Amino acid sequence: MSLEQFKKRDATPGYIYFQAEEKPKNAWEAFKRVVRISIKGELFVGLWIVLREMITKGNSHTVQYPAEKLPIGPRYRAIHKLLRLLESENERCIGCGLCEKICIANCIRMDTRLDENGRKQITEYSINFGRCIFCGYCAEVCPELAIVHSGDYENASEQRAHYGLKEDMLTPLDTFRAKEQKEFPGFGALSENADSFVKKTPLAY
Amino acid sequence: MSEVIVNINGKECKAKEGEYILNIARANDIFIPALCYLTNCSPTLACRLCLVEIDGKRAYSCNAKAKDGMNVITDNEEIQKERRAIMEIYDLNHPLECGVCDQSGECELQNYTLEMGVDSQSYCIKDVHRPARHWGRIHYDPSLCIVCERCVTVCKDMIGEAALKTVPRGGDLVDKELKDTTPKDAYAMWNKLQKSIIGIASGEESLDCTQCGECTAVCPVGALVGTNFQYKSNAWELKKIPASNPHSSDCSLLYYDVKHTSIKDSQEKIYRVNSDFNYAPLHAAARYGYDFENVVEKKDEIAFAKVIDALQTKVDTIKFNSFITNEEALILQKLKEKYGYKLVNEDAYAFGEFLNSFSQTSGTSLYNGDLKKVRDSNFVISFGTHLKNDSPNSGYALNNALAMNKGAGLYFHPLGDKVVQNYSKNITQISHKVGAEEAIAYLILDLFGKDLPLHVSEYLQTFHSTVKKTVKQEVKETIKEIVKKVVVDEESKEEKEIEEEVSKVVSKMVDKEIEVDQNALFQIAGLPEDFQEILEKYLDKKDTFSLIGGEDLYTHPRSQNIAKLLGLIQKHTDFSVLLIPSKTNTLGVSLICDLDAQGGKYTLGYNEKADITLSALGNGDLDMPALNQQEGTFTSMNKRVVPTNVALSFKGYCLNDIANALGLEAEFTIDYTKELPTDKGFEQKEFDSLENEFDNSGNENRGYSLHVKDTTSDEVVENIETVDVLDGDIIYLSNPVHQFSPFTNKAHQLNEAGALYVSTEFLEAKGLNAGDMVKIYNQNASLVVAIKLDQMLEGKIAYLPTFDTKLDVKQFFADGFRFASVSIEGAK
Ligand code: SF4
Ligand code: SF4
Ligand code: SF4
Ligand code: SF4
Ligand code: FES
Repeated sequence: MSLEQFKKRDATPGYIYFQAEEKPKNAWEAFKRVVRISIKGELFVGLWIVLREMITKGNSHTVQYPAEKLPIGPRYRAIHKLLRLLESENERCIGCGLCEKICIANCIRMDTRLDENGRKQITEYSINFGRCIFCGYCAEVCPELAIVHSGDYENASEQRAHYGLKEDMLTPLDTFRAKEQKEFPGFGALSENADSFVKKTPLAY
Repeated sequence: MSEVIVNINGKECKAKEGEYILNIARANDIFIPALCYLTNCSPTLACRLCLVEIDGKRAYSCNAKAKDGMNVITDNEEIQKERRAIMEIYDLNHPLECGVCDQSGECELQNYTLEMGVDSQSYCIKDVHRPARHWGRIHYDPSLCIVCERCVTVCKDMIGEAALKTVPRGGDLVDKELKDTTPKDAYAMWNKLQKSIIGIASGEESLDCTQCGECTAVCPVGALVGTNFQYKSNAWELKKIPASNPHSSDCSLLYYDVKHTSIKDSQEKIYRVNSDFNYAPLHAAARYGYDFENVVEKKDEIAFAKVIDALQTKVDTIKFNSFITNEEALILQKLKEKYGYKLVNEDAYAFGEFLNSFSQTSGTSLYNGDLKKVRDSNFVISFGTHLKNDSPNSGYALNNALAMNKGAGLYFHPLGDKVVQNYSKNITQISHKVGAEEAIAYLILDLFGKDLPLHVSEYLQTFHSTVKKTVKQEVKETIKEIVKKVVVDEESKEEKEIEEEVSKVVSKMVDKEIEVDQNALFQIAGLPEDFQEILEKYLDKKDTFSLIGGEDLYTHPRSQNIAKLLGLIQKHTDFSVLLIPSKTNTLGVSLICDLDAQGGKYTLGYNEKADITLSALGNGDLDMPALNQQEGTFTSMNKRVVPTNVALSFKGYCLNDIANALGLEAEFTIDYTKELPTDKGFEQKEFDSLENEFDNSGNENRGYSLHVKDTTSDEVVENIETVDVLDGDIIYLSNPVHQFSPFTNKAHQLNEAGALYVSTEFLEAKGLNAGDMVKIYNQNASLVVAIKLDQMLEGKIAYLPTFDTKLDVKQFFADGFRFASVSIEGAK
């Protein structure tokens, strides 16, 4: 890792330095400063700025939620999503149960069965968001990158128990086909140097 | 055997001479990795992980026998290298499917791979296609199989069916060049592994055994699993509830694995039954007959009031069977004491009477045998029981004794059983005439009795007679012959003929009359011609004897005398005697309840049809909890009081509620555990203080053992009384191997329609086919029923089951005896 950024001790570009006025050295100078500020009427300068900004159009920093929403950081841990496999559209989750086991709030459950093709099928999957503490363990432990967090933070509910079922979390097929399924870069995602950790296994073929 | 001291990793361990080092280590909490060894079965040396160093030499701890002063090191660099290489080879081509595998979380391959820190692979070999097999209740996925041969071993040495074997895998052979670079044991293991896979011993397409499922229990990986459990739940989500087998009197330790039914239904459900396979095998009904719970939504107050009212006004008799706990039995007894109800329980009554007569001559309150003693003996007699079906675990013990102790056995029963025949070369089935049991008991006394009471030995003498028999005998005699010889005279060099006398030995056969002892009991018992020789061969080097007796004897017209004879056998022979209680808690009930032979006018039935019925099957007037919804204790055939816990909750009333309404006072049923009668051998122990587990050395820390007391004995027995010969077709009252009662039949994996179970021989003789309907009738009763083929059955006697409540089979067996004579005809 490059240590360059730590060596640059002055502030990063974008900050503006200003030369502050010198502090009064004795009582006489302090007295002169009080008189000067009072006569200058700086209070009105400030009041004028407030009034000016108030009446200037398109100049507000207030986010008009819910009409307006701020973009969320990609690693933010909000309501979960179940992703699909890129190649086959199939559900990624294999029902290994690791998320169910690791979940610190014990709020994940899943139903599995043997399907007609002899594979393990996840017939239902639920997270009780009323209990979930959004720790991200499930996303981290998932070997298939199937359960991930999304940026959907709006999960108000009338009840404490608030279940997300598979149909709520699984990427809908049309979204998937429109290539709108997003990978999650947070906990559990592969790091950029993941390849370098892989050891080669001899092959007989 | 003498005590020795073995030093393992510097720890002095006491052991019996000849014990395996691995078992000694386990008993002393020393860990030695081992994959292929199963306690109580023979070591196969398939895995070689248990490699240790004994006095500086390599050895496999699972088959190295303890000698005094041995020095064992379980771990060093060389051993570690071997073990790591072995695990790498086991992991070769192993599918990376832990994520979906049913064994994940309890997989020994997973565990040892982590234990040995296998994080890379240095070997490779081409894989072969190994498609999965569906074998009924058992599913085999060869791609997960590591060919540890545990399934093969347990099936042979414990279960006794030898239904599995290793078959050629048809894969590439290990490159010879690798020999120098691969650790020695790992290479040898690999060579063997690469050659084999598991297949069905008979070569059939599907597994043609009794499907007990023990192979699925012992399989360390996900290769053999219960078909029904496949992909149902991840193992670690299941809560293990220790319990005891509720279906038969072995009362083996089992665990109900429970979890919520589904996301939408949080009601608990039993997903499977698990066992401690190293110490307690389970039979099919114990393993698959778990979902027999009685589901009710709420307390039915009206029905409850009706039952209480009936008990207070009309009921004078309570009829029940022995699928209940000791505590429930005690509640019934207390009700009897308080209100004078008659208690009727057919099987416990018969068993109790039998035990009483037995004690009269044996001088002990109970029999002295148990399954462990059977397993430890080397000569076993099974007598008066359709062993494999009545008590599969007794069959396992018998087979284990034959397999592990180079034992021999005699199996007396009118119905032939192929499974028993296959236990060993050294077991002889004697399919005697129905009713000959009394004579056989006498025969056993005659053959093995020591210091018998005078009247018995005198009576036995009457069966002996000396007969003259001509036998061909080889005699050697020396004869002298004159031979002519040509010799050359040394001096004259002339040829001369001289005569010389030589003697030589020739043998010739002569007829000789000898006196032999003839035993009329042989004939009465229907013994084979060469019985005497077989017995002599069998008894060679035998020193530990066990006898197993069963239900045929308790219901026999001459049961009381047979019991007394068995008492004498226990007292006057080397045999330890084990009597199989006919139902789960027959022994407990017979000890706790003071039973009546006859009922009165108005009967309350508990799991029995009566005027008003409490039923755990859900078909009575008031619902009761099934045995997987109750806590309490059973008294097993091993004379042990073992606890069982609640696997599933029950929302209705239980017997304790009824008792409380009638004036008894106990908050819980288990409050009665400490009140079980001490004069019958029970202890005053709280239910919560009872343990239910096996420890590392295989000690059974389950509940407590009943105290057996000495009683006064009189040794008076009667002579043999001939029982009416049954003519025509004979039917027998017995269940197929995986059924015991309507409770087992309620379980979805076992559920079937009852039928007349017959042998191939029967079908041929009658010209019938499996599936045909037949009419069974005699002067008292008749029944039309389908016939089913029991592949394991031999002979012409067919059997009718008790597990199907739709079939009224008891009508044929009015006097209780398990055999009845009927006519069987094909019906449309
Ligand atoms: S950890 Fe991932 S693959 Fe495993 S069950 Fe959970 S979501 Fe499915
Ligand atoms: S974020 Fe944490 S608490 Fe929430 S479901 Fe995942 S593991 Fe459980
Ligand atoms: S058998 Fe064991 S190692 Fe193999 S896939 Fe199953 S859990 Fe994993
Ligand atoms: S099926 Fe299981 S028990 Fe049998 S050899 Fe294979 S791994 Fe071992
Ligand atoms: S346990 Fe000893 S060789 Fe496998």
